[in-house]
Amino acid sequence: MAEISGGTRYGFFTDTSICIGCKACEVACKAWNQLPGNPPTFLDGFDNTGQLDAQNWRHVRFIEQVPDQTMISGDGHVWLMMSDVCKHCQQASCLEVCPTGAIIRTEFDSVYIQQPVCNGCRDCIAACPYDVIGFSEETGTAHKCTLCYDRLQAGMVPACAKACPTQSIQFGPLDQLHQMADARLAALHQQGYTRAQLYGRDPDVYGGLNAFFLLMDRPETYRLPNAQNAGLPSRNNLGGYLTALVTAAFGVLAGLVALRRRGGAGRAGGTGAGQEGR
Amino acid sequence: MVGLPLAVEHFAGPPHWEWYIWGYFFLAGLTGGCYALAAILRLWGEPSDEVAARLGFYAAFGSLILCPILLSIDLGQPLRFWHMMTNTTPGVTAANFKSWSPMSVGVWALLVYGFFATVTFLAALGKDLGGGWARAGEAMDGVPGRVFVLVGGLLGLFIASYTGVLLSVSNQPVWSDTWSLGGLFLASGLSGSAALMTLLVRRRPEAAPTGERLRQAEGYFALLELALIVLFFVTVGVAGTLGQALGGAWWLLWLLVLVSLAPPLAGLAGWRPVSMGAGAEGGGVMVSRLLAGVTWVPLLVLLGVLALRAAVIFGAQS
Repeated sequence: MAEISGGTRYGFFTDTSICIGCKACEVACKAWNQLPGNPPTFLDGFDNTGQLDAQNWRHVRFIEQVPDQTMISGDGHVWLMMSDVCKHCQQASCLEVCPTGAIIRTEFDSVYIQQPVCNGCRDCIAACPYDVIGFSEETGTAHKCTLCYDRLQAGMVPACAKACPTQSIQFGPLDQLHQMADARLAALHQQGYTRAQLYGRDPDVYGGLNAFFLLMDRPETYRLPNAQNAGLPSRNNLGGYLTALVTAAFGVLAGLVALRRRGGAGRAGGTGAGQEGR
Repeated sequence: MVGLPLAVEHFAGPPHWEWYIWGYFFLAGLTGGCYALAAILRLWGEPSDEVAARLGFYAAFGSLILCPILLSIDLGQPLRFWHMMTNTTPGVTAANFKSWSPMSVGVWALLVYGFFATVTFLAALGKDLGGGWARAGEAMDGVPGRVFVLVGGLLGLFIASYTGVLLSVSNQPVWSDTWSLGGLFLASGLSGSAALMTLLVRRRPEAAPTGERLRQAEGYFALLELALIVLFFVTVGVAGTLGQALGGAWWLLWLLVLVSLAPPLAGLAGWRPVSMGAGAEGGGVMVSRLLAGVTWVPLLVLLGVLALRAAVIFGAQS
């Protein structure tokens, strides 16, 4: 890969078909970013990380879909592993709602939370459709994958991609990653893995994801919203404000009907009181 | 063939907006609603309604002062509350304003509304204190003062409603599945404000006629709120997240909301709560008044306002 430099769009291509669930990406991420991690817990299956949060910026998701009848073809989607990460969306919901300007797009086209600017309002957490961002009680701010911003500035590949032993996680300029992904998908389809699909390669999901995936099953299986469900928070501004406006009109009308001046009867009831203190 | 819309699938995590936000949403509804009702009373009411109008402005200010405190202490970094208004990114010196982010718009709206509510409060206080203070308050009596109150009333309506829009402008289940929350919170805020002002005017016999009309307004607002609750359930039902909105024990809170609307709605049909004589005094009478409907109906309505916000805020995040 050519030298890493600002002004180029970088991202991850995560090929889940060759992920072996070793979690080297999780370890490398924690080691480089000095994330101590959450206290260990035993969850279902091989997953003891649970989810992406302030301490986990990479999370290997294990999805077991083993059928009762074992003597059938798995077709590549019986036991799925996927190294999940911030998608660095082109149209990022978190960046859209952030009221402080803490969330920015960097010179590498990644989405980055500036820690000294974030005030911990958590609007980005409500907005992120992927449950990527976590709130740290320690720092009082929101955290997520930085695409190893500091490593990129030093010309180094992100830690997770560097550590991945199967090259399931590829880092590079987006146009190169797109070509790589297209070729891999074509090869899988040729081999008969008909459910294999690219997620986030094209703009139908949040304008395209800088961290996009090759999936072996439907996006929903991996807890990823499909193109129909991938909406930006701002889609509800118009409807929300319009309903409020109509309600305000009815409310004022109701207030006027009930509270308006009515001439004699009301005036008699409050004789003299209206002048009090005036 | 036109098919039914597919249920929305959500994978977003909860922002853990909890007690402080609940308190803020409740008080935002009351401060905005009380100001708007007080503005209507002053601008279009009887001269005798001035007593109730001032009580409304007092209630609006009283509800307001806690709002920025609750909002700030809910932040992970409360001392950075001002980052909402100023971009502190190195090399960037600009005010933060995003018209498409209700949280950003709301911060500025609260600031501007706060100015209007404070000035109106001080003017009302000046009039009530009399003497030299009254002259300062009388500055609000002219056309500029009335325009000031009108603008403050409109801002109050915004403050009472934008919190619902803020929830909807997200990717959270339930919240983002409906566009009714802004209207619903406003109707509920107006309903609660009419109830609060009904309670306050009870302490001022000269405002008794206003109290009766406030109860009538409360009935209209309850009707509006009921319509928006129906809209909320229809939209959330279509999105397929009705189960989450009502799941667990949240349906009990919704039931409480509906129960709280029953007396004001019955009032529209002519029902009146049992009332004690206006001249009665003493502790025993206080108890009797508490038991009488004139007190518990507004309290029940206010409880409904709290329950509605709790059901919406906590239900979606459970």
